[in-house]
Amino acid sequence: MDNIAGSKSSLTWIVHISVALLVALWLFPTVGLLVSSFRTTDQISSSGWWQSLFPTEQNVTLRATDPDDDGVQSLVDGVYTITGNLFEEMGAEISVWGTSSRAIDAYSAGETADLGDGETITVEANGDYVWTGTEELSGRGQRVFATAATPPEFTLDNYKRVLFSGSSTDSMAKAFFNTLTVTIPATIIPIVIAAFAAYALAWMDFPGRAILIALVVGLLVVPLQLALIPLLRLHLNIGIGKGYLGVWLAHTGFGLPLAIYLLRNYMVGLPRDIIENAKVDGATDFQIFTKIILPLSFPALASFAIFQFLWTWNDLLVAKVFLIDATGQTTVMTNQIVELLGTRGGNWEILATAAFVSIAVPLAVFFAMQKYLVRGLLAGSVK
Amino acid sequence: MHPAAQGLLTIFLGVGGCIAYFYFSNQFLDKILFPAKGEHAGRNINRANMVRPWLFLFPAIFALGLYLAYPVFATLWYSLTDRDQGGAFVGLDNYNQMFADPKFWEAVKNNMLWLLVVPAASTAFGLLAAQLTDRIKWGAIAKSLIFMPMAISFVGASVIFKLIYDTRPVGQSQIGVLNAVWLQFDGGVGSFLILRLLPGLLMLCAAAAAAYVAWGSLQKMRAPGVSKIGSSLRVVFVVILAGIALAALSLAFGAFTKDYPYGEPQTWLTIPGWNSFFLMVVLIWIQTGFAMVILSAALRGIPEETVEAAIVDGANPFQVFFKIKMPQISGTIVVVWTTITLVVLKVFDIVFAMTNGQWETQVLANYMYDKLFRANDWGLGSASAMIIMLLVSPILIWNVYNARKEMR
Repeated sequence: MDNIAGSKSSLTWIVHISVALLVALWLFPTVGLLVSSFRTTDQISSSGWWQSLFPTEQNVTLRATDPDDDGVQSLVDGVYTITGNLFEEMGAEISVWGTSSRAIDAYSAGETADLGDGETITVEANGDYVWTGTEELSGRGQRVFATAATPPEFTLDNYKRVLFSGSSTDSMAKAFFNTLTVTIPATIIPIVIAAFAAYALAWMDFPGRAILIALVVGLLVVPLQLALIPLLRLHLNIGIGKGYLGVWLAHTGFGLPLAIYLLRNYMVGLPRDIIENAKVDGATDFQIFTKIILPLSFPALASFAIFQFLWTWNDLLVAKVFLIDATGQTTVMTNQIVELLGTRGGNWEILATAAFVSIAVPLAVFFAMQKYLVRGLLAGSVK
Repeated sequence: MHPAAQGLLTIFLGVGGCIAYFYFSNQFLDKILFPAKGEHAGRNINRANMVRPWLFLFPAIFALGLYLAYPVFATLWYSLTDRDQGGAFVGLDNYNQMFADPKFWEAVKNNMLWLLVVPAASTAFGLLAAQLTDRIKWGAIAKSLIFMPMAISFVGASVIFKLIYDTRPVGQSQIGVLNAVWLQFDGGVGSFLILRLLPGLLMLCAAAAAAYVAWGSLQKMRAPGVSKIGSSLRVVFVVILAGIALAALSLAFGAFTKDYPYGEPQTWLTIPGWNSFFLMVVLIWIQTGFAMVILSAALRGIPEETVEAAIVDGANPFQVFFKIKMPQISGTIVVVWTTITLVVLKVFDIVFAMTNGQWETQVLANYMYDKLFRANDWGLGSASAMIIMLLVSPILIWNVYNARKEMR
């Protein structure tokens, strides 16, 4: 419509704004998770993630240096004095402070508090303090309760903990490799099987072909919930039990209808001349398939590979039923996250990081190969 | 053996085995069983070509049969037996027991709600996004960002949205966006506009739209030459629409009269009636991108001339969209709708991860998992799986019917 003269109306601005709003709305949840995964426990529980991009007001408890440490006290003009900075890292800004937990906003920055017995303490906005006493200071360092604006601060500790700590409850490293172990064979094997079947359904003549294609279309929508009990019993009976082999086979079976359907639709569209010429030249069906059809079908193969990869990577149900046994050694990431939701429901830094580790790979695949994904979707749904 | 090594070995064996199977079975067919030489060369070639398709198809048929076709019948059989009695045939006992379970009806009710809301909302948002992004320069980037949730697992999305719905006690600062926004409302003018007037008007509009379509449908029914089946289908359609209109009206009334608990942080996922909708939002968020991609392709496929002709005749953008474009992409809308319907019927992960069916959010797939692996009742689990199959089968038949029609 844009290329029609006179159709550019005042609506254009509204369109730009609406799209920006829509995109922001759709992006907002994911960004929240990403930002949260870089924050510490305290930060997450003290403020919403959207505030972390700006300085936040926090109530903090700080402590001056212990007077008993060597060489911190000096005698200036007959007064024992300790100076220093309350913060370990610079950048925070104190607005109000107090020396008792019951009155944390008694003084504003720069004011001096009288601690009794001739002791005073002065705290500046940047955390610098001067603590003085007419007699020698002793005991522990003076506590200061301050309301401070801390600058945005992000940390990689969560990722270290989730990926490298080796802790059995939090660690995603093993689950990550388990997921990879499930995913790769479960993506490649159905492609090989489906490619041969799709070739037969597309380019070979035999009685019953139409019925087989209809059958594949029908099986496309059979809910896999139906397959759980019979197949689990079958696996237990023939000795596969719960394990990788079982989950590979199950994913292969469940992925085949879509694979055959996508590949057949693509192969039917290949030019008939090429195949007939090859036949006239004496090529066998096997040669035609491996030398001509397979290379030409690469886009369709890639489309299905992405589908199957995303589906197996993100799957929870099939893994829970066919893979994960009582020992929990073979847990996958989705299952690990569900368990974290149960055991660490409030620990958002662990949850957010674990979830982001699990969605990072599919997101990378998605952005790298979006073209094929869209093509596959279009071939799979628009008939 | 290490699982990764085992995986590599399986890839090698699986792929190598498949290729070896195809290669050697073809060789066997051509060289030994029906050699293309000697006195029966011609007959042998024909015979080999009759057998060959089945060689190509065998692994696929075997896997499909074993992993998808056989389970349908096996599940049907299990749903008629009782595991505790050693798998004895018990007729419809499991179904009777299930129909007497209030949790089952809760799951059915929720599934129906999901079926109404999620495909409608995803398709509507998808259509809106497709229509808007097609007109601007940075549309491709916008599309890919809206499409992105498709790559995120249901479990990952559940975590993302649990953070949004998170609740902290009164007095602490809220870290869930929804509660942070909620606490901004104080019952003043802004609250009235956003929480009462806006949803109330939206619901009134929805009621009016449903009533309008129902009325139009009734008018058409009176027209001469309508078949009996057609008119009875129409009656069902009109009754459903009337129900939707009434529900929207009562919601509109509720929006104006409801007592909102201003200033109190809400635990969103435990409010019965509303929490299902909060779960649906997750799926809508994921599926909108899918709808958008498909519908945007369909919109681009519309012949320019039809749009140009309408504009020349003085149609405004809304008329162009609703009267020219919509009718031309109605087939695609149906496809998108049914595809999302299929996803909704099987939705399991979201409910499992977020509420596990508590607080009246149960759905069929999770109910089935519950019966199957927690209660260990295979009969009841199979019976509920059969209900899912029953709900899917109209789409299955429709798809097969269309595929057959295309083949001819």
